[in-house]
Amino acid sequence: MRLAKASLGTVLALALASGPLAPALATAATPRASLTDIENDVMCVACHEPLAVADSPQAYAERGYIRGLISQGLTKKQIERQLVAQYGPAVLGKPPAHGFNLTVYVLPPAIVLLGLGTLAFVLPRWRRRTRAAKAAAPADGPPPPTAADSKRLEEDLATYRG
Amino acid sequence: MRRFLIPGIAVAAVIALLALLAFGVSSQKANSSIDAAVARGAYPMAPQDHVALPVLGSTQTQSLASYRGKIVVLNVFASWCGPCVAEAPILEREQHRIAGHNATILGVTYLDNSSDSETFVHRYHITYPVIRDVNGNFVRSFGATGVPETFVIDRKGRIVAVRRFQLAGNWLQQTVGRVLQEPV
Repeated sequence: MRLAKASLGTVLALALASGPLAPALATAATPRASLTDIENDVMCVACHEPLAVADSPQAYAERGYIRGLISQGLTKKQIERQLVAQYGPAVLGKPPAHGFNLTVYVLPPAIVLLGLGTLAFVLPRWRRRTRAAKAAAPADGPPPPTAADSKRLEEDLATYRG
Repeated sequence: MRRFLIPGIAVAAVIALLALLAFGVSSQKANSSIDAAVARGAYPMAPQDHVALPVLGSTQTQSLASYRGKIVVLNVFASWCGPCVAEAPILEREQHRIAGHNATILGVTYLDNSSDSETFVHRYHITYPVIRDVNGNFVRSFGATGVPETFVIDRKGRIVAVRRFQLAGNWLQQTVGRVLQEPV
């Protein structure tokens, strides 16, 4: 009986002691990022291809390194920071938005805006010009048929009517 | 004047895009000027020799300029590179041969993570200094596009020999021997 009480006490003590530690242990063991997810956002730095499709010795080494970091329980952001520290910013699929890399983010919307601006400027003018041309068309069009022309037309049509 | 405004803007935008494309393509292109200069015998100075690079397995940094006065065999390698494994014992043997003659092999890791590089160094018993080119800019300034590549730099800091790809035969021994015989 005394032995049973002692065992129960030990179990309870262990359960209480391990309570606060449990999440910490679980965090260390549980992966917080996936290789598939990271592979799509980083580059194989030697072959200049996304790591997800790269098939070179460097890509294999990079994947191995990422697997190691995942097993340590690092998040995607932390892993990306480690990758930049090891391979430089070129490892990121999306380059950091400063310096010359800024053109990647600024240029496409700027081109779209420039195109839209040009259309907004040019289209109304084209439409105005077309309308004006249409309005002016009757005045500049062929002269109305004369009485002789009308008569000839009627005669021709009568021939066809049989 | 106004009728030229829109076509003018369009032409300027196209020219700007073409210039950007040309800049991008030219910055990707391998620099072969070092090879050409060395072949002519007009030995160029080693580029970026004052750039401090981290020493592998240490918190210190080192630049190529700190080796001025010494003959340096700069070997670009990576742990993931098969031919680099084959070169490692050749370079280590050469290091033992030249260390007493004011010369050294200097390894530079290329696009390699530090833990893999350290494992490589321990596995192949490398005793010569190794620095890390984290983003590859230092190595690219030598016109290197891959690994392994080897550059022999004389006491004045000039590149006197280049070996793209894997070392073969006794190229290293002969080349370093020739540079060692040059008057100080």
